[in-house]
Amino acid sequence: MRDAGIGRHDVQAVYCGSAYGARDQSVHRAPRSHGARRRCNRMPALRRHGSAMKAAPFTYHDPRTLGEALERLHSLEGASLLAGGQSLVTLMNFRIAAPAHLIDLNRVDELAYIRDEGAVIRVGAMTRQRELEFSPLIAARLPVVQEALGHVGYRQTRNRGTLGGSLCHLDPSAELVGVCALLDAVLHLRSASGARDVPIAAWGQGLMTNALAPGEMLVAVTITPWQGPHGHGFVEFARRHGDFAIVAVGAMLRLRPDGAIAGAALCLSGVAPVPVRAAAAERLLIGQRPGHAAWRAAAAEAARIEAMQDQHVSQAYRQHLARILSYRALELAAARALPQMR
Amino acid sequence: MPDIRRISLEVNGVQYEREVETRLSLADFLRHTLGLTGTHVGCEHGVCGACTVLVDGLSARACLMFAVQADGRKLTTVEGLGSAEALNDLQQAFHDRHGLQCGFCTPGMLMTLEELLRDKPQPDEAEVRERLSGNLCRCTGYQAIVDAALDAAKRRAATQGAR
Amino acid sequence: MSGRYFGTSVPRKEDRALLTGQGRFVDDLKVADALHMVMVRSPHAHARVGAIDLGAARALPGVRAVLAYADLPQSLRAQPIPLVHPNAAIKQGFLPYVLAKDEVHYVGEPVAAVVAESRHIAEDAAELVEVDYTALPAISDCRDAIRPGAPLAHSGAASNIAARVPFKFGDIEAAFRGAPVVVKESLFQHRGGAFSMECRAGLAQYDAMQDLYTVHLATQVPHQTKRFYMDLLELADNQIRVIAPDIGGGFGPKAPFYPEYALLPVFARSLARPVKWIEDRYENFVATFQERDQYWEVELALDADGKIRGLRGSFIHDGGAYLPRGLIVQWISSTTVPGPYVMPAFSMEMTSAITNRVPTTAVRGAGRPQAVFVMERLMDRAAQALGLDRAEIRRRNFVRPEQMPYPVGLVYRDGKPVTYDSGDYPACQAMALARIDYAGFRQRQEQARAQGRYIGIGIGSYVEGTGLGPYEAVTVRVATTGKIFLYSGAAPQGQSHHTTLAQVAADQLGIDPGQITVVTGDTAGTALGVGTFAARTAVNAGSSAHVAATEVRRKILRIAAAQMEVAEEDLELKDGYVVVRGAPGMRRSLREIAVIAAGIPGYSLPDGVSAGLEHTATFSPAQSTYSNGSHAAEVEVDIETGHVRILRYVAADDCGHVINPMVVHGQIVGGVAHGIGNALFEHMRYDAEGQPLTTHFGDYLLPHAADVPRVEVLHMESPTPLNPLGVKGAGEGGTLPAIATIIGAVEDALSPFGVKIAEAPLTPQRIVELLGDAALGRTQ
Repeated sequence: MRDAGIGRHDVQAVYCGSAYGARDQSVHRAPRSHGARRRCNRMPALRRHGSAMKAAPFTYHDPRTLGEALERLHSLEGASLLAGGQSLVTLMNFRIAAPAHLIDLNRVDELAYIRDEGAVIRVGAMTRQRELEFSPLIAARLPVVQEALGHVGYRQTRNRGTLGGSLCHLDPSAELVGVCALLDAVLHLRSASGARDVPIAAWGQGLMTNALAPGEMLVAVTITPWQGPHGHGFVEFARRHGDFAIVAVGAMLRLRPDGAIAGAALCLSGVAPVPVRAAAAERLLIGQRPGHAAWRAAAAEAARIEAMQDQHVSQAYRQHLARILSYRALELAAARALPQMR
Repeated sequence: MPDIRRISLEVNGVQYEREVETRLSLADFLRHTLGLTGTHVGCEHGVCGACTVLVDGLSARACLMFAVQADGRKLTTVEGLGSAEALNDLQQAFHDRHGLQCGFCTPGMLMTLEELLRDKPQPDEAEVRERLSGNLCRCTGYQAIVDAALDAAKRRAATQGAR
Repeated sequence: MSGRYFGTSVPRKEDRALLTGQGRFVDDLKVADALHMVMVRSPHAHARVGAIDLGAARALPGVRAVLAYADLPQSLRAQPIPLVHPNAAIKQGFLPYVLAKDEVHYVGEPVAAVVAESRHIAEDAAELVEVDYTALPAISDCRDAIRPGAPLAHSGAASNIAARVPFKFGDIEAAFRGAPVVVKESLFQHRGGAFSMECRAGLAQYDAMQDLYTVHLATQVPHQTKRFYMDLLELADNQIRVIAPDIGGGFGPKAPFYPEYALLPVFARSLARPVKWIEDRYENFVATFQERDQYWEVELALDADGKIRGLRGSFIHDGGAYLPRGLIVQWISSTTVPGPYVMPAFSMEMTSAITNRVPTTAVRGAGRPQAVFVMERLMDRAAQALGLDRAEIRRRNFVRPEQMPYPVGLVYRDGKPVTYDSGDYPACQAMALARIDYAGFRQRQEQARAQGRYIGIGIGSYVEGTGLGPYEAVTVRVATTGKIFLYSGAAPQGQSHHTTLAQVAADQLGIDPGQITVVTGDTAGTALGVGTFAARTAVNAGSSAHVAATEVRRKILRIAAAQMEVAEEDLELKDGYVVVRGAPGMRRSLREIAVIAAGIPGYSLPDGVSAGLEHTATFSPAQSTYSNGSHAAEVEVDIETGHVRILRYVAADDCGHVINPMVVHGQIVGGVAHGIGNALFEHMRYDAEGQPLTTHFGDYLLPHAADVPRVEVLHMESPTPLNPLGVKGAGEGGTLPAIATIIGAVEDALSPFGVKIAEAPLTPQRIVELLGDAALGRTQ
């Protein structure tokens, strides 16, 4: 048996996630997964000759405008987009990713912004996680995003990591992806020839596989904050602070004037390859009184989600955590919603 | 043909202009192109924090940036903090508290803590430990580093108060 | 032992350079024109190596050389890397060739080496090397390896058993016959790797004019390494110099001689340029030696009052694909089991298995944490069986101080009978328990349970053989400039030797430790040396520093007394001068004395004066000296997630006299952090085909600052009579009982659920599995 190629061409197990605690993922075309996988082996392919930890050669591009970036993306073969670099550069150092061209978005200033557009908040794809973390607008209108960010990596990674990078890398337990799914975010894509919008529910096609077509890139995300009195809760379980979650759950609850639940959103990350809204659990909560019985019922329903199994974490444990954390997230959201009822 | 770019950046207040291959990491650039070997490389996959530097005042993992990305930026590395004859107060606190043993993680720890003390001049122990979670140490068990950070915070507050 | 500096927390001489980015780790050394080496490593756990095509790699611009086995110098083809610790018990002692000869036996085994103008180009070229592998069945798990009919890790071997060794004393049959209480346990203990922050590294230079190879290596054992070079490359004593510069952590795996090291001088000579090899973190996971799995089956027989009658059992140790360090770790595990307890009879069978995984060698603790885990879990079980308090059953069994020196009945890895020389085990445990308020814990636990919180307390005690021989060399020299130098074969990787050895010498020489230049880890500094590992330096180098400095002091006084025509008793050393007590005007400088001792050409030396104001000591301990300690930890377990939080951690330690309390404190806390890693986080996993599954820090978890609690360290000192300083080793003690202590605490926290734990590392998932439905908590 002739073993001729480096691992990136004969990937035995799809590299499906940087469980490094490294946070931002750049916008890059991840290798397509080998079919839908319940099994997630989060390891880089090990069948390699050497021990590459220096990037393979590439041609570097640093556009200054979105237009230039799109033009490069359109015309270059084998190009990856570099956002925060916290995931892509890791993959490049390992030579799991070895793009011929690297289009660095870090100087496209027009892609980094947080805008109050009234009913929605629009965030540019290259907005640093740090900006979201310290934004008064986000604190006021989307506090659940800041709660999720508190679990995301470390100061060094949040300084560079971006919202868009996280969304495009699509690690199964990425908190920012989960919170966007919780809030029914809409993703805005552009290419050299046009634009289209993708609701977050349609964004994840499979394990670390997003809905970008060739030549497309993510430019912005719009999120519609919940109106009226409501509460939020984002909880996760990770082995160490800052690690990728094993499971993360986001919850939003709106209460009726009589105190019963009027609206509920419950989103589970890290259980399935992409974040999953626990729709049956959400339906079950409507009309219930906030409290132990409601959380217990919703948690049991949420735990019925089909879960991944890998060498490090079992399916059963993921489902168990889904149950436990759903309870806790809902309890937290209710605790925040109740004071607003007065 | 390697892809080469000319970059111009400031490191510790000194302006540098160099030609670099675009795949050269910022960590390798600092260490081998500029000879500033204080910044260490411990993992090259963005976990250990030994390569932490400040880029325009914000901490970053130099192993996860390419040197070309630092063009036009102002960097601070451990060499910019103090000298053997004149340690800065954080370095002095590390010395007084035995905050280093082998010293390999130390530059990254110092840069991370410089940012913390600037952002939060009076952190408590939990905040220090949380901020240090992006920097691995295999020798000290972290305790002396935490003590040094808390000490330095007190010293800085005292000197600030004295003004 | 006392003195102005001995026992004082003198701040470190090492710090200024390290704090200001002026450290001199191998990759920091600025050498013009260096080439870079990259290894091509086996992607298979077991495979035959066929044709190797180096053509494309060699043709890449910037590549200077590519070698596989067939291209090696004859001396490296003819012999594998020699075995450091021969042992008659080794039935099959597999040793690796520098580059794989015809078969590879673990993922990561070096197969070829590329040298190029830059690391980037070398890696590009490594990708182009084509190796024709024929995969062979691989054996991964050590339990499978020893089953009859298991696939052979090495083709043509008789079996996968490297050695099977019995350790026995006393009448074990009698001990178990009619024993009122017998507790049995099956235990799994995994320890991972050292994962020091600096990976392995080497830089070799060949000076043709001097015909001298100089190798800077991140090695714990420069003198041993020099001997390997002399043997493997057929070099003369004056042709090779090995220097350990600053080293970013060692913890054991930087002691063995690795294949990569042999290649560096070969390339440096043939390419006439310096050649550097900096291991990257992936290689560090797959190719640096580590500790790994042990599976134990043990039973403990006791009297009705809880006194131990005997312990018997067996364990399997995963030795990996080769045995470069013999049976050290496994041997130490076996002989450490009895620990601090009186053990009338003992029988342990150790089986060292060969598997297709990277070899295992010592990692901080070196097999002892596993043994402590076994003994302490058995003591907890026995306490449960007898309804005794866990601390009480230990009290009833501790070796008492009046029984010292206490022969255990086993032969230690130093070839000597295990004989505890000093220590007060009951007092040490009492000290730890008092600090953590063990007595009040049950009440705290009940209060917590009433609030729906599950807290537990664990305790663990250990005895540790330290200060291993054969010796360490220290030369103390007053140069003819009057400046003082201390050279040692010790090679620190963070243990503060430059400070502690200077302290010891400073006490004799009446000078500030800052005035003594310490040079370590250089084969040109001292002719002999052993190195820094196994918590041996304070004992060996510390004692040698004391002996050497004392002898130099005597010489100074003798010469000065004759010169100044006063009695030696009237003289004292102060800050670089010999002064007459009470008459400060009458003095000689050390410089003057040194010049006298150097002699004047053509003249005989003065009466009673021997040549040179220096002395080399190689203190050689008669046997290991035994440190001890007791730890206690309080933990809280979230039964719904399985998360373990350490609420308090107390470490009581006795390492005899202490040269620098601050340094010892740092060693203990650092050691506890390693233990926490082993207890709760670190697992070096392989699949059934021998493929490593945890090859980066995202999957292999080291404790962070938020995961290690504040460790409360207490000391007592039972000085040893075995060396002039009365010191014992302190570098590993923090790790030894931590695993047992934490696991014991978790089990105590979960006692309402009847959970029994006999494994480590213990993950939250595992805790939830053990809890079953109880883990549903409020969601039930």
